Amino acid sequence: MSVLLLLAALGTAPAIAWCQNEAVPAFRQLDSMEARVQGCVTCHGQNGQGTGNGSFPRIAAKPAGYLYNQLVAFRDGTRQYAPMNYLVAYLPDAYLREIADYFASQRPPFAPREPVNVDPAILARGQALVTAGDAAKGIPACVSCHGSGLTGMNPGIPGLVGLRASYITAQLTRWRVNERHAAEPDCMRRIASRLSDTDVTAVAAWLASRDPPRDPSPESSNLVRMPFACGSQR
Amino acid sequence: MSRVRLVLLLVAALVVLLLVGAIALYVLRPRALPGYASAVPASTQAINRGEYLARAGDCVACHTAPGGREFAGARTMPTPFGNLYVPNITPDEETGIGSWTADEFYRMMHTGISRDGSLLYPAMPFASYTKVTRSDSDAIYAYLMSVPPVHQKNRPHELRFPFNNRDLLIGWRTLYFKEGEYVADPAQSAQWNRGAYLVEGLGHCAMCHTAINALGGSSESKAFEGGMIPNQNWYAPSLTSNREAGLGNWSIKEISDLLQAGASERAAVYGPMAEVVYNSLQYLSDDDAEAMAVYLKALPPREAQPPPTSQARLVDPAVMEIGRKLYAAQCAVCHGDEGKGQPPAFPPLAGNQSITMSSPVNSIRMVLNGGYAPGTQKNPRPYGMPPFAHVLDDDEVAAVVTYIRVAWGNSGTPVTSAQANDLRKLPAQ
Repeated sequence: MSVLLLLAALGTAPAIAWCQNEAVPAFRQLDSMEARVQGCVTCHGQNGQGTGNGSFPRIAAKPAGYLYNQLVAFRDGTRQYAPMNYLVAYLPDAYLREIADYFASQRPPFAPREPVNVDPAILARGQALVTAGDAAKGIPACVSCHGSGLTGMNPGIPGLVGLRASYITAQLTRWRVNERHAAEPDCMRRIASRLSDTDVTAVAAWLASRDPPRDPSPESSNLVRMPFACGSQR
Repeated sequence: MSRVRLVLLLVAALVVLLLVGAIALYVLRPRALPGYASAVPASTQAINRGEYLARAGDCVACHTAPGGREFAGARTMPTPFGNLYVPNITPDEETGIGSWTADEFYRMMHTGISRDGSLLYPAMPFASYTKVTRSDSDAIYAYLMSVPPVHQKNRPHELRFPFNNRDLLIGWRTLYFKEGEYVADPAQSAQWNRGAYLVEGLGHCAMCHTAINALGGSSESKAFEGGMIPNQNWYAPSLTSNREAGLGNWSIKEISDLLQAGASERAAVYGPMAEVVYNSLQYLSDDDAEAMAVYLKALPPREAQPPPTSQARLVDPAVMEIGRKLYAAQCAVCHGDEGKGQPPAFPPLAGNQSITMSSPVNSIRMVLNGGYAPGTQKNPRPYGMPPFAHVLDDDEVAAVVTYIRVAWGNSGTPVTSAQANDLRKLPAQ
């Protein structure tokens, strides 16, 4: 009964309120990963579902290898974002792996989508890039690596579901201006360098406009041959 | 007096001054030490001992760039006087210290004079390393000679005038540098002396825990009395005051746990001290950690005034209420309704000296940026605190920090929104 009430409350509450509860520290048992990752919750939510703040991504159910690579990159400074660089600066590999595994195994519900207000032509361009790419510009479809359901591919390619347009735009832009890198060969750098400003907006808007998948689990690797070699998949 | 004579007199005076200056520089410049007999090739045992000692000295922290090769230098070290670029100490013959002898290495450690005779900037803690024995210096040298050489040229320092003139360091050395190996105090136990040797020597704790003045020097009379760490904007608490990080009423185990594991029943380390534990202190043997604890606990307290009582009456009740509500909503789940914490996972705030000490900088920074204790051999899966910078505004940060500084009988003083705002503008580090 209380669960039903809770669900009903969640259904009617606005998105921000839904997220804020998830952003307050709480745990059931002291000796648990749940208690140990309290350092993450005000930005990424109790189960990695994200919070009301658009700068911080949903990390739940992203491939463990991808999350681990990001944690190591933040620790070693090869991915720059001061609050993350500071938090994980003195954590050893084994523990970062454990944190990555923890969030990769989480399956929290998706936050309600935020409305996307862009021109239908832009949305159409976004859909085309995500599902078919742009052969003339040498841009492969997002789905060819990030999975047909865009839930990512093990071990190293992140899901693109449940992310806000602002976060996707920020990351693609960082890749375009060479501020974000991945292991060589850095496939995303090759792709991002071929995107225009409009392409970035279009891809971000269309991805953010999609309903969340029923199963957010990443695809297993080796089901497809990827169009570009990616160091993160080795 | 004619104009010509005046000019001549001035020129003569200038020449004399320059001569005196040159002679002073020549006479005061420290000399090479007498040579020692060349060491025999290093044994595995000596190299292992050197690795242990190099860790106790935390060489790697400064001599490795973020994401760079170990000991290859090139790390930027911002100082109030400009940027220093830490040199390569791998045994590369051309760009590292591969062609140094053990004598030259010891002279550098002991006197702060480089192989080429130039004076080292005191960012290199030679004022502490001078206490290291010749035998320990040789072991560290043997270890550094055994690591993979990295060919990477040193980048010249970028210090502002006049600090870019190394000869000025003669003045600094006269004021702040006392050369000499550690001399054991026969009135103390062997364990205390071992602790003193590590704390005052390789551990170079005074670099942060003794205040740095405008000349970049630390005065011996203020040893371990605490101070702001330049350019890092963390406060290194006093080790001699039981109102800061003085350890007079801690147990030896609580101290050695904090040093070695990074978390104890009393407190956990964050920020620059987390770096020290992560790169250096976690590798100490139990004996050495205990020796340091014994020495630190025995440091004489230098309190001028009796400990203050709760300052809650100084706080506006409305602010106190905002702080209390925020604490109950955001903090109590980990730190407990009464601030007792759940140590060593979540440190206590009630009676915690680092919360109540006069500088509120560290508490404010923790609320803004959160922090993880370091992951160490004895605490490989540390707990962490999330950042609240994006959740709380300056007034709320000030209110909650004020609350924890005065609640439960804590004797801290209120903090202002302006203090929170100043620290919010700085990047997390």
